[in-house]
Amino acid sequence: MARDDTTCRLKRPVYLVDGARSPFLKARGRPGPFHAADLAARTAIPLLLRQPFEPGALDEVILGCVMPGPDEANIARVVALRIGCGERVPAFTVQRNCASGLQALDTAARHIADGCADLVLAGGVEAMSHAPLLFGAAFAAWLGQWRRARTLPARLQALARLRLSALAPVIGLLRGLTDPVVGLSMGQTAENLATRFDIRRRDMDAFAMRSHHRLATAQHTGRFDGEIVLLADTEGKAHFLDDGVRPDTHLEALAKLPPAFDRPFGRVTAGNSAQITDGAAWLVLASEEAVARYDLRPLARVLDTQWAGLDPAQMGLGPVHAMAPILARHGLDSPDIDYWEINEAFAAQVLACLRAWQDPAYCREVLGLERAFSPIDEARLNVDGGAIAIGHPVGASGARIVLHLARVLAREGGRLGMASLCIGGGQGGAMLIESTQERQA
Amino acid sequence: MNRQGTHWRYARREDGFGELVIDVAGRSANVLTPEVLEELLALLEAVREDAPPGLVLRSGKPSGFIAGADVHRFAPLPPRDEVLAFIHLGQRAADALEALPFPTLALVRGFCLGGGLELALACDYRIACDDERTRLGLPEVRLGIHPGFGGTARLVRLLGSLPALQLMLTGRTLRARPAQRVGLVDQAVPERLLEVAAAELLRRPPAKHRPSRWARWSALPPVRPVLGAWLHRQVARKAPRRHYPAPHALIDLWVRHGGRFRDLLAAEAESVADLVTGETAQNLVRVFFLQERLKGLAKGREHGIAHVHVVGAGVMGGDIAAWCALRGLRVTLQDQDPERIAAAVGRAAALFRKRLRDPRRVTAALDRLVPDPDAAFAGHADLVVEAIFEDREAKRRLYAVLEPRLKPEALLATNTSSIPLEELATVLQRPERLIGLHFFNPVAKMQLVEVVRGAHADPGAIERGLAFVRALDRLPLPVASRPGFLVNRVLMPYLLEAVELVEEGVPPELVDHAARDFGMPMGPIELADTVGLDICLHVAEILGEAFGLAVPDRLRALVEDGRVGRKRGRGFYTWRRGKPMRHRLPRPDPARLGELQERLVDRMLNEAVACLREGVVADADLLDAGMIFGTGFAPFRGGPMHYAQTRGVEDLETRMHDLAARYGARFLPDDGWNRLRRQPG
Repeated sequence: MARDDTTCRLKRPVYLVDGARSPFLKARGRPGPFHAADLAARTAIPLLLRQPFEPGALDEVILGCVMPGPDEANIARVVALRIGCGERVPAFTVQRNCASGLQALDTAARHIADGCADLVLAGGVEAMSHAPLLFGAAFAAWLGQWRRARTLPARLQALARLRLSALAPVIGLLRGLTDPVVGLSMGQTAENLATRFDIRRRDMDAFAMRSHHRLATAQHTGRFDGEIVLLADTEGKAHFLDDGVRPDTHLEALAKLPPAFDRPFGRVTAGNSAQITDGAAWLVLASEEAVARYDLRPLARVLDTQWAGLDPAQMGLGPVHAMAPILARHGLDSPDIDYWEINEAFAAQVLACLRAWQDPAYCREVLGLERAFSPIDEARLNVDGGAIAIGHPVGASGARIVLHLARVLAREGGRLGMASLCIGGGQGGAMLIESTQERQA
Repeated sequence: MNRQGTHWRYARREDGFGELVIDVAGRSANVLTPEVLEELLALLEAVREDAPPGLVLRSGKPSGFIAGADVHRFAPLPPRDEVLAFIHLGQRAADALEALPFPTLALVRGFCLGGGLELALACDYRIACDDERTRLGLPEVRLGIHPGFGGTARLVRLLGSLPALQLMLTGRTLRARPAQRVGLVDQAVPERLLEVAAAELLRRPPAKHRPSRWARWSALPPVRPVLGAWLHRQVARKAPRRHYPAPHALIDLWVRHGGRFRDLLAAEAESVADLVTGETAQNLVRVFFLQERLKGLAKGREHGIAHVHVVGAGVMGGDIAAWCALRGLRVTLQDQDPERIAAAVGRAAALFRKRLRDPRRVTAALDRLVPDPDAAFAGHADLVVEAIFEDREAKRRLYAVLEPRLKPEALLATNTSSIPLEELATVLQRPERLIGLHFFNPVAKMQLVEVVRGAHADPGAIERGLAFVRALDRLPLPVASRPGFLVNRVLMPYLLEAVELVEEGVPPELVDHAARDFGMPMGPIELADTVGLDICLHVAEILGEAFGLAVPDRLRALVEDGRVGRKRGRGFYTWRRGKPMRHRLPRPDPARLGELQERLVDRMLNEAVACLREGVVADADLLDAGMIFGTGFAPFRGGPMHYAQTRGVEDLETRMHDLAARYGARFLPDDGWNRLRRQPG
């Protein structure tokens, strides 16, 4: 059933006041230097220090996270207490897979718009390198028998029943990145799109290379100053840049990589997919009243958000399904949007979105629109690189792209910005924001 | 039955057990005076007649259980028989407590030290609160004595010889859980269960704790002398007998009487009476009071500091920031170089793990230590500590940028070790808020912080500085803003004399040996190498300029050569894995050793007298406190000025004239000695 535009729109203005993120740290085969709560807390502390209000003035803290650690049940509350919000500020964790961070922003925006809150800290975090190794069901069952075996013969019997194969750990991260309903890994869904839209390996690799080059340029020109906080680990190492970047990567090198998911014929490789990464991103959201009370200088205003569902095997097209209704509601077309952030889960997936967006057949048959949208100008898409270079800590990416989009609009003097992600399980999410920078000028 | 005394009260609880509460009148912490013990003895008589089914001994003060015997009893020194009478009184009280014919239990929360623990040991059971504040121990050796209220005998009986001796010889204090592990307490329970645990234990009294079989074996008569000799050797490494007789007396006691409880009781009383009246104990008690005096300087004063901003993440700045975060303050650490900030955080993490242990508290401390690579957070701080390199112009430039951003009531402190504050204050709009907070390296080990008062400083700012240093659990020493302040200034002639000696051909090993033999914790040459010869040279040059101090060429040559000490692996010594490579020396001739010591120490004494004359510190006691807590100056000698008085001012002056005739004018006695002569100690 089509959504009623009047009941769902934001009833009060919601502002994105300020934000910060951690450097995104590539997982290197062992647990990284920070747990998820560390990343979130140590990014939020300096962000809150630079605000004119005390952390206790927040109405709530909302954090997106797909797989918090075993000591991080309701990680939002753990972090809220650690960053000095005090015991009276409630906090909760939201989960919508790859868009958990965007979900946190959406929920915060709606609470503010509904008048339930004036000042909310919302964001996302993921420490993918800390994803657990799990015991399989066979071993868990055996462990139960072992605990019940009290006598020596019973124990020997139990021991004899143990099969070595039961000891093989289940890698939590791989399970999390596999669709439990259709049984495809996320990479395989990207292969589906590559086939459907006839996307060549070379185009994927070129897209990936551009992502790295754009990020390297942005790093060199200081575009992340004020966005990325310095994290220092307990070994005394400083982290202040996204460390997955490969500034000198080139097509020949990318072409050599083997397919990562569908061997040996697939086209999706580690090089043209998002990196497995640890990171956190936060935004402060405020109502008009809070902006006035604390004399805040907002970056941008949240205009609209949209969630959409589609075939899990085609989940990469989620952004198209989520962005289309927003543009329709506001009577906009692609050229009206000054800057775009579409999360780069896979190069194939973003390229597929760009094709579907301007494909009359897809827009008519699948989205039920009369005609296709104008093409999205790639010079205005992911201008400072995307998840292929920066990394995709699943819970954090939604908050990262909105934060960066708001800063790009402010920097470049743009007005409207669209941020969108595809979501494992067959969904898409999108947020339309409007820069508020010219109001101060 | 209810009894209300001056310091004790007794009542039956609702559950029928008796409760004996100590609440010493007119004190914030319970201490055992003769009066308190007399009252206890009398009250125990009444408790025995009341015959409750069990007795709980506890404190009525929130500050803790019992802090120990009243140290004021020992200074000024009473006659030996008076001391012995006090000790016997303590023993009688403990005996009476132990002799009660029903189960007794000490319920311990907070400090339970010395005489306090000795009373608790006379109970059948002990329950300790498993919290941060609770500490149990017999730290008497730190005052140059050992337990005398029966603690020596009872601890040996309870834990077995070796664990008991280890606890008493080191003077270490234990938290509830480790105390339970060694058997010092029967239960370590969280505060919420203290009452329940006490009632449970008294209702169904278990067997009393006994040492393990092998611990009992170590107390057998043939074993004791062997073990004793080994213990003497172990202890002598840190505390040679002629400097620190108490731990050795304790070992002797145990060797002689370890097997027989009553004999040990009688002997420990006599031994403590001997020790208390000895010079070491008197000087260590003096050091204890000096420490109390430094603590008292900040008493009742508010610092109002919740957020500290440190500029400069080098060794000093980084470690000051870490220490502040460890002590619960919000800290922002500013440096242009993110790597330097991160290195400081790495060191902080190691410090937090060592001190806090609990990973949750380590995480919380790390959360409090916030990197500030963009110089963004100075404006939030209540105190800004500047710890950048020693360069007047760089500091002045920094202050000019920093000051307009500070909160109106914020304090500005510099960690300069040598630059007079007046030269820095001139760039400030409000110079009255600049003070010096001179920390020593390593910050986590050195207890003293010089609080420097420039001519312009607001007295209120100095007071906040003193209170802040106390809040950091450091000892504040108010000093005037003269080059080198107190500690470095007095130390420098001593270090330079050591270099002079090496230049004359004395092996560095011998120079260091002489100083350690005098009682210094580390020889001057090793100290110079450890601090860094470049830093020594820098300070020596500043002091040389101000006070006409000659800087030995050898020091300059080494620094120019890049041989700056431990950090480069080469200085006076060659360093391997943080240790100096020393050549073995033939056993030095005592007369030669004495002469070396005199040359080293007399220059220090002379400079100390000059500092007093100039009013760098207010009086001789503060000077002694500064040198003991700032440099580790042989504590058993009571500090440099106290030592000078002990040796005799006039004798010293004569000797210094002799030395001046032989080695040069640097030994000529300062004018300040005149004044000392007129008011003998």
